[in-house]
Amino acid sequence: MSEQSHVERSSAPAGQDDAPGASAVDAERKAAIDADVDAILDEIDTVLEENSEEFVKSFVQKGGQ
Amino acid sequence: MSVHRIMGIETEYGVTVPGHPTRNAMVTSTLVVNAYAHQVLAGARSRPRWDYDEESPLRDARGFDMSRAEADPSQLTDDDIGLANVILTNGARLYVDHAHPEYSTPEVTNPRDAVLWDRAGMEVMREASRLASEISDAPVLLYKNNTDNKGASYGCHENYLMRRSTPFADIVRWLTPFFITRQVFTGAGRLGVGQDGRQLQYQLSQRADFFEVEVGLETTLKRPIINTRDEPHADPERYRRLHVIVGDANLSDTATYLKLGTTALMLSMIEDGFLAGHDLMPAHPVREMHAVSHDVTLGHQLELNGRRLTALQVQRELWLLASKYCAGRWGHQLDEQTSDVLARWDDMLNRLERDPMACVAEIDWVAKLAILDGYRARDGLDWNAHRLQAVDLQYADIRPDRGLAARLEERGRLVRMFDDEQVRRAVHEPPGDTRAYFRGESLRRYPDAVAAASWDSVVFDIPGQPHLMRVPTLEPTRGTRQHVEQLLDSCATAADLVAALGNTPASA
Repeated sequence: MSEQSHVERSSAPAGQDDAPGASAVDAERKAAIDADVDAILDEIDTVLEENSEEFVKSFVQKGGQ
Repeated sequence: MSVHRIMGIETEYGVTVPGHPTRNAMVTSTLVVNAYAHQVLAGARSRPRWDYDEESPLRDARGFDMSRAEADPSQLTDDDIGLANVILTNGARLYVDHAHPEYSTPEVTNPRDAVLWDRAGMEVMREASRLASEISDAPVLLYKNNTDNKGASYGCHENYLMRRSTPFADIVRWLTPFFITRQVFTGAGRLGVGQDGRQLQYQLSQRADFFEVEVGLETTLKRPIINTRDEPHADPERYRRLHVIVGDANLSDTATYLKLGTTALMLSMIEDGFLAGHDLMPAHPVREMHAVSHDVTLGHQLELNGRRLTALQVQRELWLLASKYCAGRWGHQLDEQTSDVLARWDDMLNRLERDPMACVAEIDWVAKLAILDGYRARDGLDWNAHRLQAVDLQYADIRPDRGLAARLEERGRLVRMFDDEQVRRAVHEPPGDTRAYFRGESLRRYPDAVAAASWDSVVFDIPGQPHLMRVPTLEPTRGTRQHVEQLLDSCATAADLVAALGNTPASA
Protein backbone atom coordinates (compact mmCIF):
# COMPACT_ATOMS: atom_id res chain seq x y z
CA MET A 1 0.00 0.00 0.00
CA SER A 2 1.35 3.44 -0.87
CA GLU A 3 2.46 6.15 1.55
CA GLN A 4 -0.37 8.30 0.30
CA SER A 5 -3.08 5.97 1.46
CA HIS A 6 -1.47 5.72 4.90
CA VAL A 7 -1.45 9.46 5.19
CA GLU A 8 -5.09 9.75 4.16
CA ARG A 9 -6.05 6.88 6.35
CA SER A 10 -4.88 8.69 9.45
CA SER A 11 -7.99 10.84 9.16
CA ALA A 12 -10.25 7.79 9.34
CA PRO A 13 -12.71 7.79 12.24
CA ALA A 14 -11.57 5.94 15.34
CA GLY A 15 -12.26 2.24 15.18
CA GLN A 16 -12.10 2.14 11.40
CA ASP A 17 -8.32 2.41 11.22
CA ASP A 18 -6.47 0.00 9.01
CA ALA A 19 -3.34 -0.18 11.18
CA PRO A 20 -1.83 -3.63 11.95
CA GLY A 21 -4.34 -5.52 14.03
CA ALA A 22 -7.25 -4.48 11.87
CA SER A 23 -7.65 -8.03 10.61
CA ALA A 24 -7.90 -9.14 14.24
CA VAL A 25 -10.66 -6.59 14.65
CA ASP A 26 -12.37 -8.00 11.54
CA ALA A 27 -12.03 -11.54 12.88
CA GLU A 28 -13.46 -10.47 16.22
CA ARG A 29 -16.28 -8.68 14.50
CA LYS A 30 -16.99 -11.71 12.36
CA ALA A 31 -17.00 -14.04 15.35
CA ALA A 32 -19.47 -11.76 17.08
CA ILE A 33 -21.62 -11.81 13.95
CA ASP A 34 -21.44 -15.60 13.72
CA ALA A 35 -22.46 -15.88 17.36
CA ASP A 36 -25.36 -13.56 16.69
CA VAL A 37 -26.38 -15.06 13.38
CA ASP A 38 -28.46 -17.84 14.92
CA ALA A 39 -30.31 -15.30 17.03
CA ILE A 40 -30.89 -13.16 13.95
CA LEU A 41 -32.19 -16.12 11.96
CA ASP A 42 -34.47 -17.09 14.82
CA GLU A 43 -35.90 -13.61 14.79
CA ILE A 44 -36.23 -13.54 11.01
CA ASP A 45 -38.07 -16.87 11.22
CA THR A 46 -40.75 -15.09 13.20
CA VAL A 47 -41.16 -12.13 10.84
CA LEU A 48 -40.66 -13.83 7.47
CA GLU A 49 -43.85 -14.10 5.41
CA GLU A 50 -45.44 -17.42 6.34
CA ASN A 51 -46.11 -18.82 2.89
CA SER A 52 -42.88 -17.79 1.22
CA GLU A 53 -43.73 -19.48 -2.08
CA GLU A 54 -47.02 -17.60 -2.38
CA PHE A 55 -45.40 -14.37 -1.20
CA VAL A 56 -42.60 -14.57 -3.77
CA LYS A 57 -44.98 -15.55 -6.56
CA SER A 58 -47.42 -12.74 -5.87
CA PHE A 59 -44.76 -10.03 -5.63
CA VAL A 60 -45.38 -8.63 -9.11
CA GLN A 61 -44.52 -5.04 -10.00
CA LYS A 62 -45.12 -2.82 -12.95
CA GLY A 63 -41.97 -1.44 -14.55
CA GLY A 64 -40.88 2.03 -13.55
CA GLN A 65 -38.02 4.32 -14.41
CA MET B 1 -16.73 21.80 -4.87
CA SER B 2 -15.57 18.62 -3.08
CA VAL B 3 -18.55 16.51 -1.95
CA HIS B 4 -20.60 19.70 -1.55
CA ARG B 5 -23.00 20.54 -4.35
CA ILE B 6 -26.75 20.63 -4.94
CA MET B 7 -28.02 17.03 -5.01
CA GLY B 8 -31.02 14.85 -4.29
CA ILE B 9 -32.43 11.32 -4.46
CA GLU B 10 -35.73 10.12 -5.97
CA THR B 11 -36.97 6.65 -5.05
CA GLU B 12 -39.79 4.62 -6.55
CA TYR B 13 -41.04 2.10 -4.01
CA GLY B 14 -42.32 -1.37 -4.86
CA VAL B 15 -45.99 -1.67 -3.87
CA THR B 16 -48.05 -4.78 -3.20
CA VAL B 17 -51.37 -5.78 -1.66
CA PRO B 18 -50.90 -9.34 -0.37
CA GLY B 19 -53.73 -11.62 -1.42
CA HIS B 20 -54.76 -9.24 -4.22
CA PRO B 21 -52.08 -9.69 -6.87
CA THR B 22 -54.26 -8.31 -9.66
CA ARG B 23 -55.06 -5.01 -7.96
CA ASN B 24 -54.18 -2.04 -10.15
CA ALA B 25 -50.79 -0.71 -9.03
CA MET B 26 -51.50 2.83 -10.16
CA VAL B 27 -54.68 2.94 -8.10
CA THR B 28 -52.92 1.49 -5.06
CA SER B 29 -50.01 3.93 -5.41
CA THR B 30 -52.47 6.81 -5.66
CA LEU B 31 -54.17 5.58 -2.50
CA VAL B 32 -50.80 5.58 -0.69
CA VAL B 33 -49.93 9.13 -1.71
CA ASN B 34 -53.41 10.54 -1.14
CA ALA B 35 -53.76 8.89 2.27
CA TYR B 36 -50.62 10.67 3.42
CA ALA B 37 -51.43 13.96 1.73
CA HIS B 38 -54.89 13.96 3.27
CA GLN B 39 -53.47 13.58 6.76
CA VAL B 40 -50.50 15.96 6.69
CA LEU B 41 -52.12 18.61 4.55
CA ALA B 42 -55.41 18.47 6.41
CA GLY B 43 -55.09 22.16 7.25
CA ALA B 44 -54.68 23.24 3.66
CA ARG B 45 -57.75 24.60 1.92
CA SER B 46 -56.98 22.60 -1.17
CA ARG B 47 -54.02 20.38 -1.76
CA PRO B 48 -51.19 22.29 -3.44
CA ARG B 49 -50.59 20.71 -6.82
CA TRP B 50 -47.34 20.25 -8.64
CA ASP B 51 -46.51 23.10 -11.01
CA TYR B 52 -45.34 21.53 -14.28
CA ASP B 53 -44.52 24.74 -16.14
CA GLU B 54 -40.77 24.22 -16.27
CA GLU B 55 -40.63 20.46 -16.85
CA SER B 56 -39.24 19.07 -20.08
CA PRO B 57 -38.40 15.38 -19.68
CA LEU B 58 -37.51 14.94 -23.35
CA ARG B 59 -34.66 17.42 -23.34
CA ASP B 60 -31.36 15.71 -23.96
CA ALA B 61 -28.05 16.77 -22.42
CA ARG B 62 -26.36 16.15 -25.75
CA GLY B 63 -28.19 19.17 -27.10
CA PHE B 64 -31.29 18.04 -28.98
CA ASP B 65 -34.95 17.47 -28.09
CA MET B 66 -36.74 14.21 -28.80
CA SER B 67 -40.06 14.72 -30.48
CA ARG B 68 -43.17 13.50 -28.71
CA ALA B 69 -44.07 11.27 -31.64
CA GLU B 70 -40.83 9.34 -31.17
CA ALA B 71 -41.21 9.01 -27.43
CA ASP B 72 -42.67 5.99 -25.70
CA PRO B 73 -45.73 7.01 -23.63
CA SER B 74 -43.99 5.85 -20.44
CA GLN B 75 -41.38 8.60 -20.95
CA LEU B 76 -43.94 11.36 -20.65
CA THR B 77 -44.12 12.44 -17.05
CA ASP B 78 -45.29 16.02 -17.37
CA ASP B 79 -48.83 15.24 -18.46
CA ASP B 80 -50.74 15.58 -15.25
CA ILE B 81 -53.21 12.74 -15.63
CA GLY B 82 -54.80 13.34 -12.28
CA LEU B 83 -52.38 11.23 -10.31
CA ALA B 84 -51.51 12.23 -6.79
CA ASN B 85 -48.64 14.68 -6.64
CA VAL B 86 -47.95 16.80 -3.58
CA ILE B 87 -45.28 18.92 -1.95
CA LEU B 88 -44.38 18.39 1.69
CA THR B 89 -43.28 20.89 4.30
CA ASN B 90 -39.76 19.42 4.22
CA GLY B 91 -39.55 20.54 0.59
CA ALA B 92 -39.87 17.01 -0.81
CA ARG B 93 -42.21 15.80 -3.54
CA LEU B 94 -44.46 12.77 -2.94
CA TYR B 95 -46.24 11.43 -6.00
CA VAL B 96 -47.16 8.54 -8.25
CA ASP B 97 -44.79 7.77 -11.07
CA HIS B 98 -45.23 4.81 -13.41
CA ALA B 99 -47.42 2.82 -11.01
CA HIS B 100 -45.13 3.34 -8.00
CA PRO B 101 -45.30 5.78 -5.11
CA GLU B 102 -42.22 7.96 -5.34
CA TYR B 103 -40.49 10.29 -2.91
CA SER B 104 -38.00 12.90 -4.11
CA THR B 105 -35.88 14.44 -1.40
CA PRO B 106 -35.67 18.21 -1.23
CA GLU B 107 -32.52 19.67 -2.74
CA VAL B 108 -29.63 19.33 -0.28
CA THR B 109 -26.02 20.50 -0.43
CA ASN B 110 -24.12 17.42 0.75
CA PRO B 111 -24.28 13.59 0.97
CA ARG B 112 -24.98 13.49 4.71
CA ASP B 113 -28.10 15.61 4.29
CA ALA B 114 -29.12 13.46 1.31
CA VAL B 115 -29.06 10.41 3.59
CA LEU B 116 -31.12 12.21 6.24
CA TRP B 117 -33.86 13.42 3.88
CA ASP B 118 -33.89 10.04 2.12
CA ARG B 119 -34.48 8.41 5.52
CA ALA B 120 -37.22 10.94 6.09
CA GLY B 121 -38.76 9.71 2.84
CA MET B 122 -38.79 6.16 4.15
CA GLU B 123 -40.55 7.42 7.25
CA VAL B 124 -43.10 9.22 5.06
CA MET B 125 -43.68 6.02 3.10
CA ARG B 126 -44.07 3.99 6.30
CA GLU B 127 -46.76 6.35 7.51
CA ALA B 128 -48.37 6.49 4.06
CA SER B 129 -48.57 2.71 3.84
CA ARG B 130 -50.01 2.51 7.35
CA LEU B 131 -52.69 5.08 6.51
CA ALA B 132 -53.47 3.45 3.14
CA SER B 133 -53.82 0.08 4.86
CA GLU B 134 -56.31 1.56 7.33
CA ILE B 135 -58.66 2.78 4.63
CA SER B 136 -58.14 -0.24 2.39
CA ASP B 137 -59.60 -3.72 2.81
CA ALA B 138 -56.11 -5.23 2.84
CA PRO B 139 -52.64 -4.14 3.93
CA VAL B 140 -50.69 -2.06 1.42
CA LEU B 141 -46.98 -2.89 1.66
CA LEU B 142 -44.05 -0.90 0.32
CA TYR B 143 -40.55 -2.07 -0.58
CA LYS B 144 -37.39 -0.04 -1.05
CA ASN B 145 -35.96 -2.24 -3.78
CA ASN B 146 -35.63 -2.14 -7.56
CA THR B 147 -37.04 -5.31 -9.06
CA ASP B 148 -39.75 -7.95 -8.61
CA ASN B 149 -37.41 -10.58 -10.09
CA LYS B 150 -39.96 -11.16 -12.83
CA GLY B 151 -38.76 -8.66 -15.39
CA ALA B 152 -39.86 -5.32 -13.92
CA SER B 153 -37.49 -2.71 -12.53
CA TYR B 154 -38.10 0.67 -10.91
CA GLY B 155 -35.53 3.24 -9.99
CA CYS B 156 -33.67 5.07 -7.30
CA HIS B 157 -32.20 8.07 -9.09
CA GLU B 158 -29.55 10.47 -7.93
CA ASN B 159 -29.41 14.05 -9.16
CA TYR B 160 -26.38 16.31 -9.12
CA LEU B 161 -26.25 19.91 -10.26
CA MET B 162 -23.23 20.49 -12.50
CA ARG B 163 -21.59 23.30 -14.38
CA ARG B 164 -23.07 23.63 -17.86
CA SER B 165 -19.59 24.27 -19.27
CA THR B 166 -18.29 20.77 -18.48
CA PRO B 167 -18.16 18.73 -21.72
CA PHE B 168 -20.64 15.88 -21.61
CA ALA B 169 -18.07 13.53 -23.18
CA ASP B 170 -15.88 13.96 -20.06
CA ILE B 171 -18.79 12.94 -17.87
CA VAL B 172 -19.35 9.80 -19.95
CA ARG B 173 -15.65 8.89 -20.09
CA TRP B 174 -15.20 9.08 -16.33
CA LEU B 175 -18.48 8.17 -14.79
CA THR B 176 -18.88 5.00 -16.87
CA PRO B 177 -15.99 3.09 -15.26
CA PHE B 178 -16.87 4.60 -11.89
CA PHE B 179 -20.53 3.50 -12.06
CA ILE B 180 -19.62 -0.01 -13.25
CA THR B 181 -17.26 -0.54 -10.33
CA ARG B 182 -18.98 1.36 -7.49
CA GLN B 183 -21.44 -1.55 -7.34
CA VAL B 184 -19.01 -3.25 -4.94
CA PHE B 185 -20.27 -0.95 -2.18
CA THR B 186 -23.55 0.43 -3.58
CA GLY B 187 -25.11 -2.93 -4.54
CA ALA B 188 -28.23 -3.80 -2.56
CA GLY B 189 -27.92 -7.52 -3.42
CA ARG B 190 -30.25 -9.61 -5.52
CA LEU B 191 -31.06 -13.31 -5.62
CA GLY B 192 -31.58 -13.82 -9.35
CA VAL B 193 -29.65 -13.15 -12.53
CA GLY B 194 -31.18 -11.84 -15.74
CA GLN B 195 -33.99 -9.29 -15.95
CA ASP B 196 -36.57 -11.90 -14.97
CA GLY B 197 -34.28 -13.35 -12.31
CA ARG B 198 -34.65 -16.78 -13.81
CA GLN B 199 -31.13 -17.90 -12.87
CA LEU B 200 -31.18 -18.29 -9.09
CA GLN B 201 -27.76 -16.99 -8.30
CA TYR B 202 -26.80 -14.12 -5.99
CA GLN B 203 -25.45 -10.87 -7.43
CA LEU B 204 -24.29 -7.50 -6.07
CA SER B 205 -26.84 -5.23 -7.71
CA GLN B 206 -30.61 -5.03 -8.05
CA ARG B 207 -30.35 -2.86 -11.15
CA ALA B 208 -27.31 -3.99 -13.18
CA ASP B 209 -29.11 -6.49 -15.42
CA PHE B 210 -31.59 -3.83 -16.55
CA PHE B 211 -28.94 -1.74 -18.27
CA GLU B 212 -28.61 -2.34 -21.97
CA VAL B 213 -26.87 0.65 -23.55
CA GLU B 214 -24.00 3.01 -22.69
CA VAL B 215 -25.57 6.45 -23.17
CA GLY B 216 -29.15 7.54 -23.80
CA LEU B 217 -32.24 9.47 -22.80
CA GLU B 218 -34.54 6.61 -21.81
CA THR B 219 -35.20 5.61 -18.21
CA THR B 220 -37.95 2.99 -18.62
CA LEU B 221 -36.61 0.89 -21.49
CA LYS B 222 -33.19 0.25 -23.05
CA ARG B 223 -31.77 1.83 -19.91
CA PRO B 224 -28.42 3.60 -20.37
CA ILE B 225 -25.51 3.60 -17.91
CA ILE B 226 -25.22 7.35 -18.49
CA ASN B 227 -28.60 9.02 -18.73
CA THR B 228 -28.74 12.18 -20.80
CA ARG B 229 -31.96 13.69 -19.47
CA ASP B 230 -31.26 17.36 -19.01
CA GLU B 231 -33.84 19.31 -17.04
CA PRO B 232 -31.76 21.43 -14.70
CA HIS B 233 -34.77 22.95 -12.87
CA ALA B 234 -32.40 25.91 -12.70
CA ASP B 235 -30.79 28.40 -15.09
CA PRO B 236 -29.93 26.17 -18.09
CA GLU B 237 -27.17 28.55 -19.19
CA ARG B 238 -25.27 27.87 -15.99
CA TYR B 239 -26.34 24.42 -14.91
CA ARG B 240 -27.00 20.90 -16.01
CA ARG B 241 -28.67 18.37 -13.74
CA LEU B 242 -26.94 15.03 -14.01
CA HIS B 243 -29.63 12.37 -13.68
CA VAL B 244 -28.06 9.12 -12.48
CA ILE B 245 -30.25 6.07 -12.94
CA VAL B 246 -27.84 3.15 -12.41
CA GLY B 247 -28.02 3.08 -8.62
CA ASP B 248 -29.76 0.60 -6.34
CA ALA B 249 -32.12 1.80 -3.63
CA ASN B 250 -30.05 1.33 -0.49
CA LEU B 251 -31.33 0.45 2.96
CA SER B 252 -27.92 1.06 4.54
CA ASP B 253 -27.21 4.70 5.39
CA THR B 254 -23.49 4.18 4.83
CA ALA B 255 -24.13 2.82 1.33
CA THR B 256 -26.29 5.83 0.41
CA TYR B 257 -23.73 8.20 1.94
CA LEU B 258 -20.80 6.69 0.04
CA LYS B 259 -22.83 6.41 -3.17
CA LEU B 260 -23.55 10.15 -3.16
CA GLY B 261 -20.23 11.19 -1.63
CA THR B 262 -17.94 9.33 -4.01
CA THR B 263 -20.03 10.32 -7.04
CA ALA B 264 -19.88 13.98 -5.99
CA LEU B 265 -16.09 13.71 -5.67
CA MET B 266 -15.88 12.22 -9.16
CA LEU B 267 -17.94 15.11 -10.53
CA SER B 268 -15.71 17.61 -8.79
CA MET B 269 -12.62 16.06 -10.41
CA ILE B 270 -14.32 15.96 -13.82
CA GLU B 271 -15.39 19.61 -13.60
CA ASP B 272 -11.89 20.68 -12.64
CA GLY B 273 -10.36 18.70 -15.51
CA PHE B 274 -8.24 16.76 -13.02
CA LEU B 275 -8.70 13.41 -14.77
CA ALA B 276 -7.33 14.42 -18.17
CA GLY B 277 -4.73 11.94 -19.35
CA HIS B 278 -6.11 9.01 -17.36
CA ASP B 279 -8.09 6.23 -18.95
CA LEU B 280 -10.15 3.55 -17.21
CA MET B 281 -12.85 3.13 -19.86
CA PRO B 282 -13.75 -0.56 -20.34
CA ALA B 283 -13.94 -1.97 -23.86
CA HIS B 284 -17.48 -3.30 -23.25
CA PRO B 285 -19.19 -1.22 -20.54
CA VAL B 286 -22.59 -2.90 -20.49
CA ARG B 287 -21.17 -6.41 -20.41
CA GLU B 288 -18.70 -5.41 -17.68
CA MET B 289 -21.45 -3.84 -15.61
CA HIS B 290 -23.27 -7.17 -15.57
CA ALA B 291 -20.08 -9.21 -15.01
CA VAL B 292 -19.00 -7.12 -12.01
CA SER B 293 -22.42 -7.52 -10.43
CA HIS B 294 -22.53 -11.26 -11.08
CA ASP B 295 -19.24 -12.05 -9.33
CA VAL B 296 -19.70 -11.88 -5.56
CA THR B 297 -16.08 -12.98 -5.04
CA LEU B 298 -15.17 -9.56 -6.56
CA GLY B 299 -12.59 -11.39 -8.68
CA HIS B 300 -13.90 -10.43 -12.12
CA GLN B 301 -11.32 -8.57 -14.19
CA LEU B 302 -12.50 -5.79 -16.48
CA GLU B 303 -10.80 -5.28 -19.83
CA LEU B 304 -9.61 -1.71 -19.97
CA ASN B 305 -7.58 -0.56 -22.89
CA GLY B 306 -4.99 -3.33 -22.66
CA ARG B 307 -5.13 -3.67 -18.87
CA ARG B 308 -7.12 -6.08 -16.76
CA LEU B 309 -8.28 -4.79 -13.37
CA THR B 310 -10.85 -5.92 -10.83
CA ALA B 311 -13.62 -3.53 -9.82
CA LEU B 312 -11.82 -2.99 -6.51
CA GLN B 313 -8.60 -2.11 -8.32
CA VAL B 314 -10.42 0.41 -10.52
CA GLN B 315 -12.00 1.90 -7.39
CA ARG B 316 -8.59 2.00 -5.71
CA GLU B 317 -7.14 3.96 -8.65
CA LEU B 318 -10.06 6.38 -8.52
CA TRP B 319 -9.65 6.76 -4.77
CA LEU B 320 -5.94 7.50 -5.20
CA LEU B 321 -6.74 10.15 -7.81
CA ALA B 322 -9.41 11.63 -5.54
CA SER B 323 -7.11 11.81 -2.55
CA LYS B 324 -4.36 13.42 -4.67
CA TYR B 325 -6.91 15.85 -6.05
CA CYS B 326 -8.12 16.85 -2.59
CA ALA B 327 -4.61 17.10 -1.17
CA GLY B 328 -3.48 19.32 -4.06
CA ARG B 329 -6.54 21.47 -4.15
CA TRP B 330 -7.31 21.95 -0.45
CA GLY B 331 -4.47 20.42 1.56
CA HIS B 332 -5.17 20.87 5.26
CA GLN B 333 -8.13 23.10 4.45
CA LEU B 334 -10.12 20.10 3.23
CA ASP B 335 -13.62 20.24 4.71
CA GLU B 336 -14.73 17.69 7.28
CA GLN B 337 -17.30 15.84 5.17
CA THR B 338 -15.10 15.44 2.09
CA SER B 339 -12.33 14.16 4.31
CA ASP B 340 -14.78 11.72 5.92
CA VAL B 341 -16.00 10.43 2.54
CA LEU B 342 -12.40 9.88 1.40
CA ALA B 343 -11.51 8.03 4.61
CA ARG B 344 -14.60 5.83 4.57
CA TRP B 345 -14.24 5.07 0.85
CA ASP B 346 -10.66 3.97 1.53
CA ASP B 347 -11.66 1.92 4.56
CA MET B 348 -14.49 0.20 2.67
CA LEU B 349 -12.20 -0.74 -0.23
CA ASN B 350 -9.62 -2.13 2.18
CA ARG B 351 -12.12 -4.28 3.98
CA LEU B 352 -13.72 -5.48 0.75
CA GLU B 353 -10.25 -6.49 -0.46
CA ARG B 354 -9.62 -8.54 2.68
CA ASP B 355 -13.05 -10.05 3.15
CA PRO B 356 -16.39 -8.58 2.07
CA MET B 357 -18.02 -10.04 5.20
CA ALA B 358 -16.07 -7.41 7.16
CA CYS B 359 -18.54 -4.90 5.65
CA VAL B 360 -21.64 -6.74 6.85
CA ALA B 361 -22.82 -3.78 8.93
CA GLU B 362 -22.46 -1.20 6.15
CA ILE B 363 -23.01 -2.73 2.70
CA ASP B 364 -26.46 -3.99 1.74
CA TRP B 365 -25.41 -6.83 -0.55
CA VAL B 366 -23.11 -8.19 2.16
CA ALA B 367 -25.70 -7.87 4.94
CA LYS B 368 -28.29 -9.68 2.82
CA LEU B 369 -25.81 -12.36 1.76
CA ALA B 370 -24.92 -13.03 5.40
CA ILE B 371 -28.58 -13.80 6.15
CA LEU B 372 -28.92 -16.00 3.06
CA ASP B 373 -25.70 -17.87 3.89
CA GLY B 374 -26.92 -18.28 7.45
CA TYR B 375 -30.14 -19.88 6.25
CA ARG B 376 -28.34 -22.09 3.77
CA ALA B 377 -25.98 -23.35 6.47
CA ARG B 378 -28.58 -23.78 9.19
CA ASP B 379 -31.37 -25.34 7.13
CA GLY B 380 -29.38 -26.83 4.25
CA LEU B 381 -31.30 -24.75 1.69
CA ASP B 382 -30.47 -24.52 -2.01
CA TRP B 383 -30.48 -21.19 -3.83
CA ASN B 384 -33.86 -22.09 -5.33
CA ALA B 385 -35.57 -22.27 -1.93
CA HIS B 386 -38.56 -19.95 -1.78
CA ARG B 387 -37.55 -18.89 1.70
CA LEU B 388 -34.32 -17.42 0.35
CA GLN B 389 -36.20 -15.53 -2.35
CA ALA B 390 -38.54 -14.24 0.35
CA VAL B 391 -35.51 -13.01 2.34
CA ASP B 392 -34.29 -11.15 -0.76
CA LEU B 393 -37.61 -9.29 -1.03
CA GLN B 394 -38.31 -8.83 2.64
CA TYR B 395 -34.91 -7.27 3.26
CA ALA B 396 -36.45 -4.18 1.62
CA ASP B 397 -39.88 -4.28 3.33
CA ILE B 398 -39.99 -0.84 4.97
CA ARG B 399 -42.09 -1.87 7.99
CA PRO B 400 -39.95 -1.53 11.13
CA ASP B 401 -41.28 -4.80 12.58
CA ARG B 402 -41.11 -6.90 9.41
CA GLY B 403 -38.36 -5.48 7.19
CA LEU B 404 -35.14 -7.44 7.57
CA ALA B 405 -32.84 -4.43 7.13
CA ALA B 406 -34.91 -2.67 9.80
CA ARG B 407 -34.52 -5.67 12.12
CA LEU B 408 -30.74 -5.63 11.56
CA GLU B 409 -30.68 -1.92 12.39
CA GLU B 410 -32.64 -2.53 15.55
CA ARG B 411 -29.99 -5.02 16.64
CA GLY B 412 -27.18 -2.64 15.72
CA ARG B 413 -26.13 -4.99 12.92
CA LEU B 414 -26.66 -2.37 10.25
CA VAL B 415 -25.14 1.01 11.07
CA ARG B 416 -27.43 4.03 11.21
CA MET B 417 -26.19 7.57 10.72
CA PHE B 418 -29.15 9.36 12.31
CA ASP B 419 -31.37 8.70 15.29
CA ASP B 420 -35.17 8.59 15.21
CA GLU B 421 -35.55 12.16 16.44
CA GLN B 422 -33.33 13.57 13.67
CA VAL B 423 -35.28 11.63 11.05
CA ARG B 424 -38.62 12.74 12.50
CA ARG B 425 -37.55 16.36 12.28
CA ALA B 426 -36.49 15.93 8.64
CA VAL B 427 -39.94 14.54 7.84
CA HIS B 428 -41.37 17.99 8.58
CA GLU B 429 -38.50 20.45 8.22
CA PRO B 430 -36.68 21.42 5.02
CA PRO B 431 -32.91 21.70 4.75
CA GLY B 432 -31.94 25.28 5.60
CA ASP B 433 -29.36 25.83 2.88
CA THR B 434 -31.24 25.46 -0.43
CA ARG B 435 -34.40 26.86 -2.04
CA ALA B 436 -36.23 23.87 -0.50
CA TYR B 437 -36.31 26.04 2.62
CA PHE B 438 -38.47 28.67 0.92
CA ARG B 439 -40.73 26.00 -0.62
CA GLY B 440 -41.21 24.00 2.58
CA GLU B 441 -41.59 27.02 4.85
CA SER B 442 -44.08 28.67 2.48
CA LEU B 443 -46.20 25.55 2.68
CA ARG B 444 -45.87 25.27 6.46
CA ARG B 445 -46.58 28.94 7.19
CA TYR B 446 -49.23 29.66 4.55
CA PRO B 447 -50.88 26.29 3.83
CA ASP B 448 -54.09 27.92 2.57
CA ALA B 449 -52.33 30.15 0.11
CA VAL B 450 -49.96 27.80 -1.72
CA ALA B 451 -51.79 26.70 -4.87
CA ALA B 452 -48.89 24.84 -6.45
CA ALA B 453 -45.15 24.44 -6.28
CA SER B 454 -42.32 22.75 -8.11
CA TRP B 455 -38.55 22.63 -7.87
CA ASP B 456 -38.28 26.09 -9.37
CA SER B 457 -41.45 27.87 -8.32
CA VAL B 458 -43.99 28.46 -5.58
CA VAL B 459 -47.42 29.61 -6.77
CA PHE B 460 -49.58 31.60 -4.34
CA ASP B 461 -53.32 32.06 -4.48
CA ILE B 462 -54.01 35.23 -2.54
CA PRO B 463 -57.60 35.80 -1.41
CA GLY B 464 -59.11 38.73 -3.29
CA GLN B 465 -56.45 38.68 -6.01
CA PRO B 466 -57.64 37.92 -9.55
CA HIS B 467 -54.45 36.09 -10.59
CA LEU B 468 -52.19 33.44 -9.12
CA MET B 469 -48.79 34.78 -8.15
CA ARG B 470 -45.85 32.64 -9.28
CA VAL B 471 -42.61 33.15 -7.38
CA PRO B 472 -39.75 31.69 -9.40
CA THR B 473 -37.00 29.94 -7.46
CA LEU B 474 -34.64 29.25 -10.33
CA GLU B 475 -31.44 29.43 -8.29
CA PRO B 476 -31.17 26.37 -6.00
CA THR B 477 -28.71 28.05 -3.66
CA ARG B 478 -31.09 30.96 -2.91
CA GLY B 479 -34.27 31.00 -0.83
CA THR B 480 -32.27 29.59 2.08
CA ARG B 481 -32.90 30.19 5.76
CA GLN B 482 -30.24 32.86 5.68
CA HIS B 483 -31.87 34.59 2.72
CA VAL B 484 -35.55 34.48 3.61
CA GLU B 485 -36.19 33.52 7.23
CA GLN B 486 -36.34 37.12 8.36
CA LEU B 487 -38.61 38.03 5.49
CA LEU B 488 -40.95 35.12 6.25
CA ASP B 489 -40.96 36.02 9.95
CA SER B 490 -42.05 39.52 9.05
CA CYS B 491 -44.97 38.34 6.89
CA ALA B 492 -47.97 37.10 8.84
CA THR B 493 -49.85 36.18 5.69
CA ALA B 494 -49.01 35.08 2.16
CA ALA B 495 -50.48 38.37 0.96
CA ASP B 496 -47.84 40.20 3.03
CA LEU B 497 -45.15 37.95 1.56
CA VAL B 498 -46.22 38.48 -2.03
CA ALA B 499 -46.42 42.23 -1.42
CA ALA B 500 -42.97 42.23 0.16
CA LEU B 501 -41.51 40.19 -2.70
CA GLY B 502 -43.11 42.60 -5.16
CA ASN B 503 -41.14 45.40 -3.53
CA THR B 504 -37.88 43.49 -3.53
CA PRO B 505 -35.77 43.41 -6.66
CA ALA B 506 -34.46 39.84 -6.20
CA SER B 507 -36.77 36.84 -6.16
CA ALA B 508 -36.61 34.28 -3.37
